[in-house]
Amino acid sequence: MSEMKKIKNLKDFSTSADRFEGANLLCPGCAHSIIVREVLNATNDDLILAASTGCLEVCTAVYPYTSWDASWIHIGFENGSSAVAGAEAMYKALKTKGRLKQPDRVPKFVAFGGDGATYDIGFQWISGCFERGHNMMYVCLDNEVYANTGGQRSSSTPIGASATTTPAGRVSYGEKKNKKDMMAIMAAHGAPYVAQVAPNKWKDMVAKIQKGFAAEGPVFINAMSACTTEWKFAPEDTISISDLATDSLVFPLYEIIDGTQLNITYRPKNIIPVRDYLGAQGRFKHLFTKQYEYLIDEWQTRVDAKWDYLQRREEASV
Amino acid sequence: MEKKGWDEFEIGAMLRTFDGAVTDIATTLPENRPYSQSSSFTASVADWRIEKPLFNKDYCIDCQFCWVYCPDMSIIARDKKMIGIDFDHCKGCGICVEVCPTNPKSLLMFPEQKDEENALAEWPKKEKKDQAEEPKED
Repeated sequence: MSEMKKIKNLKDFSTSADRFEGANLLCPGCAHSIIVREVLNATNDDLILAASTGCLEVCTAVYPYTSWDASWIHIGFENGSSAVAGAEAMYKALKTKGRLKQPDRVPKFVAFGGDGATYDIGFQWISGCFERGHNMMYVCLDNEVYANTGGQRSSSTPIGASATTTPAGRVSYGEKKNKKDMMAIMAAHGAPYVAQVAPNKWKDMVAKIQKGFAAEGPVFINAMSACTTEWKFAPEDTISISDLATDSLVFPLYEIIDGTQLNITYRPKNIIPVRDYLGAQGRFKHLFTKQYEYLIDEWQTRVDAKWDYLQRREEASV
Repeated sequence: MEKKGWDEFEIGAMLRTFDGAVTDIATTLPENRPYSQSSSFTASVADWRIEKPLFNKDYCIDCQFCWVYCPDMSIIARDKKMIGIDFDHCKGCGICVEVCPTNPKSLLMFPEQKDEENALAEWPKKEKKDQAEEPKED
């Protein structure tokens, strides 16, 4: 195993040479590439990457260009995880047979997928990979909507969000179902490491990615990716919206080790009301009318309950 | 390199990012990489911009917030110092300006046609302390 890259502070981190290139076609201010950079720069090892169909895939591999400086493969919407799992199985087989050309270089296997490819379409493939126990990392870029195809709801879309297939209006407040708890599902697979990260907390994120790389077995990372186009905020606000999400505890940052030990890794000094997070985004605009105002209180109650639950689990270490 | 149409490729064809071998990409800086025409590094999205960020070295404290939060790898940092902006790949989103913590900001957005010298000459002066904290909400 090669040595872990040492990243003490942001100045150290800034000496990294990016392996993800500009002039990709992601929207200005897209959080996807901030997350991808933080993941790839967390290691100096060779990378074998796959992407499921989604914004990241369609924007970084448009013929005649590729934005990746590492081995990268795309197959289908559902099987980014299995593509990397296959590569990892091949690597193991070649290693056993002694046919690796550079046996001292241990690559890292990473699959990227949007929340559509993770929560909905690729779900059984990911579950399969985790059950088989491949030594890989799956990073879900969770922007809570099918942003690439025009903003349809996914099972990650939270209650009250207006999406093109669940539009808000006179008779509906938008999405009716609560967000699927993917973290708990992946932890229930008994994965050695499952973590929720946000790009604005880069140090927390890099530490978690490195823990994930060090773990033996399948690792699931759920990365919040604020979507300027579908969440409807100005491109320059990507980081401040992410701050609102982590500080209002809508996206609590925590990790689950071996499916049982839950650690909260970020406790905001000042917890801000969920109202501020909702109010900053166009997709929740209708919640601030008299008709749907009651949903904001419901949101707050739900977020508080979740935070209580996480704290109780951390305390009981179960 | 001769460019092929998408339908002229054989099944299983692969685009190569580099011309020739690179032993260790993770430790090779972009200026030393032999990018091929297939890498989007050789393309430009400069025409996406309406506004561009300009950099004033005098106020920069090299905190590297702009580097880590730039979605387009357009902040050039070498030896832990911020040295400039890559205007071929900058899409003008303005995140770097938002996250810049100095007073006055060492990065500011200007119209695309703005002359850099003029911009530096009319850079705002340090704000008084009671006004310095801009509200974070938009």
